[in-house]
Amino acid sequence: MSNTPLIEVTNLSLKLSNADVLSSITIASTDPGVTMVMGPNGAGKSLFLRCLHGLTIPTGGSIKIFGNSILGTSTDQAMVFQKPVLLRRSVIDNLKFAGSTNTQRNAIDDALSLARLQDKQHFPAKLLSGGEQQRLALSRALLREPKLLVLDEPTASLDPASVQIIEQVIQDFTERGGKVIFVSHDIGQAKRLGSEIIFLHMGRVLEHSVASAFFNNPVTDEARAYLNGHIII
Amino acid sequence: MLINAFNDALTLIVSADPDLIEILLLSVQVSFSALAIAGILAMPLGTILAISHFRGRKLLITFLNAMMGLPPVVVGLFVYLMLSRSGPLGILELLYTPTAMIIAQVILIIPIIASLTYQVIEELNREYKDLFLSLKISPQQAVFAYLWDARYSLFTTLLAGFGRAISEVGAVMIVGGNINHLTRIMTTAIALETSKGELSLALSLGIVLLTIALLVNAIVISIKTFAGEKGYV
Ligand SMILES: Nc1ncnc2c1ncn2[C@@H]1O[C@H](COP(=O)(O)OP(=O)(O)OP(=O)(O)O)[C@@H](O)[C@H]1O
Ligand SMILES: [Mg+2]
Repeated sequence: MSNTPLIEVTNLSLKLSNADVLSSITIASTDPGVTMVMGPNGAGKSLFLRCLHGLTIPTGGSIKIFGNSILGTSTDQAMVFQKPVLLRRSVIDNLKFAGSTNTQRNAIDDALSLARLQDKQHFPAKLLSGGEQQRLALSRALLREPKLLVLDEPTASLDPASVQIIEQVIQDFTERGGKVIFVSHDIGQAKRLGSEIIFLHMGRVLEHSVASAFFNNPVTDEARAYLNGHIII
Repeated sequence: MLINAFNDALTLIVSADPDLIEILLLSVQVSFSALAIAGILAMPLGTILAISHFRGRKLLITFLNAMMGLPPVVVGLFVYLMLSRSGPLGILELLYTPTAMIIAQVILIIPIIASLTYQVIEELNREYKDLFLSLKISPQQAVFAYLWDARYSLFTTLLAGFGRAISEVGAVMIVGGNINHLTRIMTTAIALETSKGELSLALSLGIVLLTIALLVNAIVISIKTFAGEKGYV
């Protein structure tokens, strides 16, 4: 069991308008916790996550998650996008839309309180603040009871209290056996949550290691520079 | 003299002159029928164009856009040729009937409604596509969600179609013939009465037509404002 990789990416490449945005990515991860994907702006993190979620079909290579080939999206996974996608409906209708027919009313209530939007449940979702939108998008993703959560900077515009709540939720989720792939630029957060780190740079994986190893002894100059807040070229 | 005509026109309106009412009712009836038929055909067409991919799709979109600027007299001529005794549909004996006018107006406003529907749904599709793929929403559910979430915009496209239909003169003149008590509608009556120098009826119809146009625009603006406030943007 433990030697079947949960995430297995083989020679993944993605070309968009003739640019190599992802190149020869190969990863085999058996880590059951939070896989943090880090790297500078434009490194290809979001596109990598889209490939893992089956939204973007890679130009070459293959992806297996929990041993299943990713050829399209699956209800086993839920993704929260870097820019939250919300329906032009009320908060509660956004949750109801994502719930399946047998989603219970109290599951919706739980999602509402998780998003801390009980008082705004009838408010138009598109008029929520950036942070409120992110909280709603994450609660909606959890409502699907996925086995894998794919999170693209889900706490980027949250206040400290919201970040804390969300991090707790993610920890609870992994403790219940869920797998999380998480993009973050917040090194503190990556240290708190991450059990392994994938460091991307210009569409390539430069490092893939246990979190403590990555933060204490980054191997590449690029990762060192990134962690020290230097601009890397 | 102009003042007199204006006074007479107002008297005609206030006294609900039977001729004026007859013409008004026929106009509204013809244009509403055209709107209903065109809406039933053009809205699904615009939706399909927005969310599916097939050969010739781009061409059809370009064609519809070009058709938006179609000179009404040319449409009138085309319908005339189709319906005239020696035409392919001459056997139906529809020329110079309200049905012929409805057909002409349907052809005139299908491109408008289809193109505007396309634009509305296309924008929404770009916004929602990733989420729908991620949630594994069925195509039927997706179409329903698009139509529902775009309902305000779609309603305004219908109003635009109605506005165009009811104010058009060239096509209905050719295929309807402007026959008294049979195919005389507001625009053709205005043209005729003006040429006869009967300014009071022409003016009264003009005022009514203008009122309808203003009303349609007022409704469009209030719907847009309302939808914006509710986050349907
Ligand atoms: N359709 C496209 N055609 C060409 N290049 C693209 C296309 N879409 C994205 N890219 C490029 O791919 C690169 C990776 O984009 P991506 O969004 O994955 O970056 P990221 O690592 O998520 O960055 P950030 O930290 O800013 O979110 C960027 O340089 C971007 O400009
Ligand atoms: Mg990104």
